[in-house]
Amino acid sequence: MKKEDKKLTAAELPAGGLLEGGTAENFKTGPWRSQRPVWNKDKCISCLTCWIYCPDSAIKIAPDEKKTTVVTGIDYDHCKGCGICARECPPKVAAITMEEEKK
Amino acid sequence: MVKTMFSKGKIVAKTGNEIMAEAMRQIAPDVVAAYPITPATEIVQIFSQFVADGKVPTEFVAVESEHSAMSATISASVAGARAMTGTSSQGFALMWEMLYIAAGLRLPIVMAEVNRALSAPINIHGDQSDTMGARDAGWIQIYSENSQEAYDNMIQSVRIAEAAKLPAMVTTDGFIISHCMEVAEVYPDADVKEFVGEYKPERALLDYKRPFTLGAIDLQDYYFEHRYQLAQAMRDSKKIILEVADEFKKKFGREYGFYEKYEMDDAEIAIVTIGSAAGTTKAVVDNLRAKGIKAGLIKIRVYRPFPAEEIAKDLSKVKAIAVLDRADSCSATFAPVYLDVVAALYANCGDKAPKAENYIYGLGGREISLEHIEEVYMKLDAVAKGTKKASTQVEYINVRIK
Repeated sequence: MKKEDKKLTAAELPAGGLLEGGTAENFKTGPWRSQRPVWNKDKCISCLTCWIYCPDSAIKIAPDEKKTTVVTGIDYDHCKGCGICARECPPKVAAITMEEEKK
Repeated sequence: MVKTMFSKGKIVAKTGNEIMAEAMRQIAPDVVAAYPITPATEIVQIFSQFVADGKVPTEFVAVESEHSAMSATISASVAGARAMTGTSSQGFALMWEMLYIAAGLRLPIVMAEVNRALSAPINIHGDQSDTMGARDAGWIQIYSENSQEAYDNMIQSVRIAEAAKLPAMVTTDGFIISHCMEVAEVYPDADVKEFVGEYKPERALLDYKRPFTLGAIDLQDYYFEHRYQLAQAMRDSKKIILEVADEFKKKFGREYGFYEKYEMDDAEIAIVTIGSAAGTTKAVVDNLRAKGIKAGLIKIRVYRPFPAEEIAKDLSKVKAIAVLDRADSCSATFAPVYLDVVAALYANCGDKAPKAENYIYGLGGREISLEHIEEVYMKLDAVAKGTKKASTQVEYINVRIK
């Protein structure tokens, strides 16, 4: 049983039900997956199409030594396995494939 | 001869709609999203002409329905824009769910609302059932007696809404005021701009360096606290409304409060009402006073938040009052304004409260005349003297019943 956090009062809550951004970082939604994307670094051309389309911001990117933004991997803590990245990766590149999530 | 109260003021002849559009032009909101409906159409129509002519830099969004109008206004407001709209009756009713959302999200949206009867049957004329139907939505409601008040109320409401973090609606009686040409004073653009100031939202979605979520779900453990906040904000807005009115008086000269007291100092009988009928009532009060009858009037301007303690105090010395409602609650008991007044009297005056009658008048633009109002006062006079008993159920003015 999870320990209950102390509940905020009306006086303590931000007005209008405002929630600060980025709370998704605190919740691992990866376990929801039934399929997982597998990224092939050698085939990837860092076109960033998968990054644009990923609904969970689960494609990791970073600047390389030439300051070019490249894909570095997949955030499996938040990837929900929707398969959009594999679908959108250009057919001639096919750097992402989907496989069954191992138990 | 109507004189200006502000040294730089100018006397103009404008209808209620024209003057509300003029106020909006001077306020120059960032976004207006609107849909037309009689008798409010002209407000946003005239305003959109200002936009087309380059007279105001507002982004005008012509949406496909009033529900979309409020949705777009809400989104603009959350993005960080000063956002306004205008509507009436069925259009207002169509955006009903969004009214609650605007208030729940604590957005300072200002709406120009022209009071018109609700269907069915279809009626395009003035009565207050539309906004009365949304009195629980958490919006500040300010009713105008005439064009001057409509203009002044629009200007003040921008400041009130932004300080209270509550949406506010300013109304006029449909056709009676919205389409009636009146003499009024307007102020220079620069002075209105200075008074409303710049909108500085604490948080705005366009401030992408500080992202946030607004409109998330609440479960049983938090909804009540958020709704308490909203109710408290409405209670807290009373002070803000008076502060803004005070600042308005200092700059432009006209005095405003929660309500106007007309010949109330020694009044023995009084009518409480909202809107244009108050103007008619003032003429009746003058006639009665000339005959030595101590009649008075309280014209409510701020209906939400309801100034309960204040109105109870001002009515406590009166012997008999009548609340004239331009809306019927279909509750099988009494009408909206009466309920608020009597609850205030009961809470604050107890068994010393004056006798209170409720009349419903003017639905669907039905006329209310000097004679009708005088009849109400004559009944109150008899009640005050003890020769007649106060009615214990709602009465109707000028409607064919049998």
